[in-house]
Amino acid sequence: MKHIRFMVMGILFGITLSKGEIISWYRIQEMFRFQSFHMFGVIGSAVVFGIITIQFIKRRRLKDSEGNLISVSTQEPGYARNLIGGTIFGLGWAITGACPGPLFILVGYEGWVFILALVGAILGTFSYGLIEKKLPH
Amino acid sequence: MDKLIDFIQQPWPWWVSGPLIAYVMFSLLYFGKGFGISTNFKTVCCMLGSCKVSDFFCFNWRDQIWNLMFIGGVIIGGFISSHYLTPDPAVAISQATITDLKAIGIENPGTSYLPAEIFGAENIWSLRSLVFLLGGGFLVGFGTRYANGCTSGHAISGLSNLQYWSLIAVVGFFIGGLVMTHFILPYLIAL
Repeated sequence: MKHIRFMVMGILFGITLSKGEIISWYRIQEMFRFQSFHMFGVIGSAVVFGIITIQFIKRRRLKDSEGNLISVSTQEPGYARNLIGGTIFGLGWAITGACPGPLFILVGYEGWVFILALVGAILGTFSYGLIEKKLPH
Repeated sequence: MDKLIDFIQQPWPWWVSGPLIAYVMFSLLYFGKGFGISTNFKTVCCMLGSCKVSDFFCFNWRDQIWNLMFIGGVIIGGFISSHYLTPDPAVAISQATITDLKAIGIENPGTSYLPAEIFGAENIWSLRSLVFLLGGGFLVGFGTRYANGCTSGHAISGLSNLQYWSLIAVVGFFIGGLVMTHFILPYLIAL
């Protein structure tokens, strides 16, 4: 099972976001009220280290473990999709106090209650897939 | 060894968590994978047969098994943290946040990770809790697919890669979060 390594990374990620209190509903409320530096420090330092890492990967033309050039792009162009989609996501983020990573972590941290939130998220994704072609992108 | 465990059991400061998140992203890139958690919702739809109703869900979900393993690990990480690494669940949020949340009806802000009156198992079948979990989850799942990414794909990977459209998506995340927090949330808590 070569995929076990991804499970190990997931465990590290789950512990990091739990111990960093990023899964706390209160920390997300504090962030959207601009009342503490904590969450901005977490995301900001992740991005600063991420920029350095990705610049290093690009300049050195680093290859992944299978010998392919590492590529990063995750974006789809379009103001409508990114702004409207992002805003809908943000509305949900402030309610649950958790983006998708923390939603999964909270199933382990808090218990089955958060399976309901995952069901909601899967229904939301399913609904998007149903009406995708009718939406502006 | 005891000292190390004591240290790990404290809340981790931002300058420990943030760089570790970047490290996880780098590890995934090194093994040829992109950091994107919300993709798993789409994968689950695909596995449940949604391809029959929308070709948005027609792809080979087996290519995403690594990601399902990743979120399996993520759930285990949450379990390990709550059972072995967090003897004191209090979250040291700012006094201003405590005051604001008390004013909109949260009883003991910061004494644990989540407000028990909303997310506690004993209250879960109330209208309010269902709105927070199912409704909030729905918006997260819909919005993340519409924007083609969540915090991991856009805020962390996208901004790290200096992607313009990810910045626009993150601006959207904050527009939605601010509108919800300041204009709608008090009404949802009052449900």
